[in-house]
Amino acid sequence: MTSKSVPSPTWADRALAEIHRTDWGRLLSLLVARTRRLDLAEDALGEAFVRAGERWPTAGVPTNPAGWLYTTASRVVIGHLRSEAIHGRKAPLLAARGDWVQPPVTDDIGELEDERLALILLCCHPALHLSSRSALALRLVIGTTTGDIARLFVVPKSTMAARITRAKKKIVAAGVPLAAPIDHELRTRLDDVCRTIYLAFTAGYAPAGGPDLLRTDLAGEAVELAAILRRLVADASQVRALHGLLLLQHARRDARVRDGRLVTLARQDRSRWHHDEIRSGTELISRVPVGTGYTEELRLQGLIAAEHANAPAASDTRWSTIASLYTRLESLTGSPVVRLNRAVAVGEAQGPEMGLDLIDGLDDALARNHRLHAVRADLARRAGNVALARSSYQAAIGLCANETEKRYLARRLSTLDPPDP
Amino acid sequence: MKYFVFLAGDGDMGPWDQLSPEAQEAAFAEFGAFDDACNERVDVELLVGEALLDGSTATTMRTRGGEPTVTDGPFAEATEQIGGFYVVEAPDLDTMIDLCRFLPAYDIEIRPVADMG
Repeated sequence: MTSKSVPSPTWADRALAEIHRTDWGRLLSLLVARTRRLDLAEDALGEAFVRAGERWPTAGVPTNPAGWLYTTASRVVIGHLRSEAIHGRKAPLLAARGDWVQPPVTDDIGELEDERLALILLCCHPALHLSSRSALALRLVIGTTTGDIARLFVVPKSTMAARITRAKKKIVAAGVPLAAPIDHELRTRLDDVCRTIYLAFTAGYAPAGGPDLLRTDLAGEAVELAAILRRLVADASQVRALHGLLLLQHARRDARVRDGRLVTLARQDRSRWHHDEIRSGTELISRVPVGTGYTEELRLQGLIAAEHANAPAASDTRWSTIASLYTRLESLTGSPVVRLNRAVAVGEAQGPEMGLDLIDGLDDALARNHRLHAVRADLARRAGNVALARSSYQAAIGLCANETEKRYLARRLSTLDPPDP
Repeated sequence: MKYFVFLAGDGDMGPWDQLSPEAQEAAFAEFGAFDDACNERVDVELLVGEALLDGSTATTMRTRGGEPTVTDGPFAEATEQIGGFYVVEAPDLDTMIDLCRFLPAYDIEIRPVADMG
């Protein structure tokens, strides 16, 4: 089942693609809740979409398309269950909490509640490997194809398929339950969910080789996941902060690559940014109260992204505001990467020497990180320390794994003043 | 579902024989709280629970080429050894994790028992 590609752009196909986009997760969550069979439910819903693709172009789109898909998928599941019963096979069911009443298996979509929150929490359960959680959430809640998820994380499709299968097996075997957790757990669980979605998002912006330099379309699916989650738990601060942050970062997608090359923030064509999304993201972030822990991390990152996104030109960037936000983020996380970003901001706000002072002492923590050397090189160049700039560019090039970025660093190195004879 | 829960490592607790009498007392209270929490839930049944003597008392038997040999010591040459275990009937993993929060701060592994039915 493809998520976005429509082979022939007829009206029925467009309707089907639209329903896939808006209803896949809701339909799957209902099917999973009713049948407690993760494996059957997903295949059956895929099958229902295939059948719709065959039938709707000639027979027309039904009046209740989601209901039609649900009914079709249910009948596929019921057929499998009958066949299993006849052959005396008993497949394990998803675990259920003691107080959970399973809805009956019928082919009527009825008035059932949306079970997507339970499905999202299931996919993002801490008992699953971190690398599987994002993949599973995209696959089950958004309906992203396994091929696309593999493309997002830059792994072979067979590897991703195996990873998703293994995670689904573990869910059933270990008894991870499909149920919204009790209130006091929800807050911590939502932190895990937000981390998972953020990981999927950043995977889309990790440069890969070839024409797939960035996978912004798939990062967009992670933004959609955050939007769904925010609608489900509107009052959760971390979810609002995450959605705002992702909107702000994703709004720059069309300006990030030009002629197959990454474009740095300062050089991006700001007219290509999605300013409606920047407004929404800024508004969301501004409504997150000062908090603690991961929520506060997301909020501070969101405020930094909003500063960049709302500067009319690179030269208008309020670097001292950004530097003080990074100071708070660093005291919260103790992260050397945050300190490095802070050094960049301080270098802009207070001069390159101040920035260089801040990155002293990061060499142990970030020994293999080419960005440390690239930042030092840029600061040293601006401070007029050509020798330090040269050795730092060379160190950065030696550690950088991405060809595009390597070429960029090499160009920076070649424009330095020649060494003294 | 049935779970095998074992205290796999010392974690924050440290070795038992190095705990003060007060700390040992507190740990016993936590083991008791775990038992109580299991008993309070109608959908949970604590089937077995035992503490084990330390690894120096273990004997390991291995069969190679059909020939069994018996050696002194535990199977895994780890510094930390399994200190005890439970077998618990519980509806799901989240319930099991919740219950294990009552136990002392050992490193705990939770493993489903295979359903051979």
